[in-house]
Amino acid sequence: MAESDNIVVETAEKIFADLADPQTINNDKKGAWQAPLWQALSEAGLPLSWVPDDLGGSGASLADGFALLNAAGRFAVAVPLAETMLAGWLLAQAKIASPEGEMTVLPASPKDRITLDADGSLSGRARGVPFAKAAKHLAVLAHGKDGAVIALVDASKARTESGLNVGYDHSDTVTLDKVQPVTIKPAPDGVDQTTLMLMGGVARSLQIAGALESMLDISVRYSNERVAFEKKISKFQAVQHNLARLAGESAAALAAATSAADAIANAKAFDDAVYLEAASAKIRCAEAAEKGGAIAHQVHGAIGFTMEHILHRYSLRALAWRDDFGSESHWAVELGKLVASRGADELWPLVASR
Amino acid sequence: MTAALRFDPIRLPEKCEQLRKEVRAFLAEEIAAGTFDPHKPNREDTDAPEFSRRVGAKGWLGMTWPKKYGGQERSFLERYVVTEEMRVANAPTRRFFVADRQSGPVLLKYAPEHIKMDILPRICRGEICFAIGMSEPNSGSDLFAAKTRATKTDGGYLINGTKIWTSSAHIADYMIAIFRTSQPTKENRRHGLTQFLVKMKQPGIQVNPIGQITGQYEFNEVVFTDFFVPDDHVLGEVDGAWKQATSELAYERSGPERFLETYYVLTELVRAVGPNPDTRSAEGIGRLVAQLHTMRRMSVSVAGMLQAGKEPVVEASIVKDIGTVWEQQLPHRVRDLAAFVEETATNRETLERQLDFAIKTAPKLTIQGGTTEVLRGIIARGLGLR
Repeated sequence: MAESDNIVVETAEKIFADLADPQTINNDKKGAWQAPLWQALSEAGLPLSWVPDDLGGSGASLADGFALLNAAGRFAVAVPLAETMLAGWLLAQAKIASPEGEMTVLPASPKDRITLDADGSLSGRARGVPFAKAAKHLAVLAHGKDGAVIALVDASKARTESGLNVGYDHSDTVTLDKVQPVTIKPAPDGVDQTTLMLMGGVARSLQIAGALESMLDISVRYSNERVAFEKKISKFQAVQHNLARLAGESAAALAAATSAADAIANAKAFDDAVYLEAASAKIRCAEAAEKGGAIAHQVHGAIGFTMEHILHRYSLRALAWRDDFGSESHWAVELGKLVASRGADELWPLVASR
Repeated sequence: MTAALRFDPIRLPEKCEQLRKEVRAFLAEEIAAGTFDPHKPNREDTDAPEFSRRVGAKGWLGMTWPKKYGGQERSFLERYVVTEEMRVANAPTRRFFVADRQSGPVLLKYAPEHIKMDILPRICRGEICFAIGMSEPNSGSDLFAAKTRATKTDGGYLINGTKIWTSSAHIADYMIAIFRTSQPTKENRRHGLTQFLVKMKQPGIQVNPIGQITGQYEFNEVVFTDFFVPDDHVLGEVDGAWKQATSELAYERSGPERFLETYYVLTELVRAVGPNPDTRSAEGIGRLVAQLHTMRRMSVSVAGMLQAGKEPVVEASIVKDIGTVWEQQLPHRVRDLAAFVEETATNRETLERQLDFAIKTAPKLTIQGGTTEVLRGIIARGLGLR
């Protein structure tokens, strides 16, 4: 996904450059940057990229939306853009129109489950829900006796306990206790909690890949500026090899994430091949967040460990994003089970399916 | 962005999938006929001349080359499919692999027309084997320290010196080698080496086998004593081999062979754990498959760049760095997980035999065809650090 491939990404990058500059945000202890950024994104129709025109959105393609999330990762954007996009996407699956304002999705973990009661109310607890505190509405995937349903819920009807993830972004526990949704419809065939987790996982993978691209960028720049032992540290072979490995991790993350996005954008259904792509992306990007982030910090030394420096905006978010919509351990177990159930001789045909 | 390292997702075109079916059917026939055992990567007879000819007859050698030289003018993506299917099946590709991947493209670019017309069709028919003469006893990763001399004489050059670690030299019909034609200059220590086509199996060349820690004899010492090479066997610019060597690295370094060399142990592990693995096995297999999938997508992406006429040297180096480290670690990770395989698993013995061989193979994977250190240097240069 080249940066100038499409108008959606171009628009977003201009907004991010103007209103989400990491250094400016890092200096702003009061969070005054948030409202103008969200307003600009909303006016450009970006949070509802994946919602068709007739449901209140801007009707961008899946591919454009994925590219937008990658760009958001490059700026470590800390407003509920990805979350609102996912919420809008989920609602649109059931032809539910999206309201204005911030949204998030739940559950955000494959382990949590929301149930639909006979009286049409929703109950259950979802942990680690990103930006729930900021959300005006929740897009909920729940289970009723007739299968999965998709619901739009007024966030004020839910009980939200605040929490922060490793990256200092809201990651909250949301409890629904017999909450009547604004709208509720059956989920279409092929859309269930696993589908939501795979979509969310690919979104996070693209964000992680974007954050790694920026970590590589600022680490290379820093190594060409910082002098130690009377030469730029970029001239030390040990540093060069570390940065080469960071480039590899960044490239692997980007390749895995963009490949999965491309697979979803062009798939007719969430079949085994798409499952392989999406699960692999989350696993590999999470591994890259750990390995690559560690190198970026190593190159920066103590300055990168300070709140003043912008590195943590990328490194900690990339680590935090590993946890959302199923950790790499979760997906590895699930992917391993899938591979085992298909049998040894079906492994290569699966890997070589695209 | 400092680093525009993009690995755009490539979807293999429909004709690749048709081709894949043909290759799988062909390999299944060969296996059924007893040509090779896909579960035995450690066989002695890695050279299979008849198999090589049958692959050639299928049109799967030199497949991207012009038709007038025996090629098929097919795409790099189609070649990719053939390569990966052969590799995964553990097919005996030794005789034709280097010629198809590397030597043919070098000849296409630098050899005179009559030599191309003579040699390339024979590669395409699977008749001839190539070796690459790069390393010397005191020149490995530091290619430009090569000392084997090519001294100008009437109508050609006399070669004196020794190449070493030369894979397949004992069966090769030709070698593409670099020899020293001039001394390096003060300004450019890479100056003075020339690429040559060498006809093997002639007086003046002595090939001495070298035993490897796997128990195999795949590489050799090759000693040249007043060996004559005619003028028309010079490939490219005299003294200017350094200009030619780098752009071809993308072909050599990004293919599926750079992460699939020990793949068989993963398949066998999946077989051993059965359809209902415990959590530990499932997690281990899941991670390995995710890593494998990611590398393959990167590698396919580089094939797409080659097809588009680009020279993705840095991207290819990244694929080889990550790929070879992975295939080196794979037998050890599989061994970790195999410790919990039931004693009753029917393929336990096969897995153990394979692990024994893969673990012995592993150390070479990050050395051959460009060491990890060299690759990271190339990547660092691409990042603007050198």
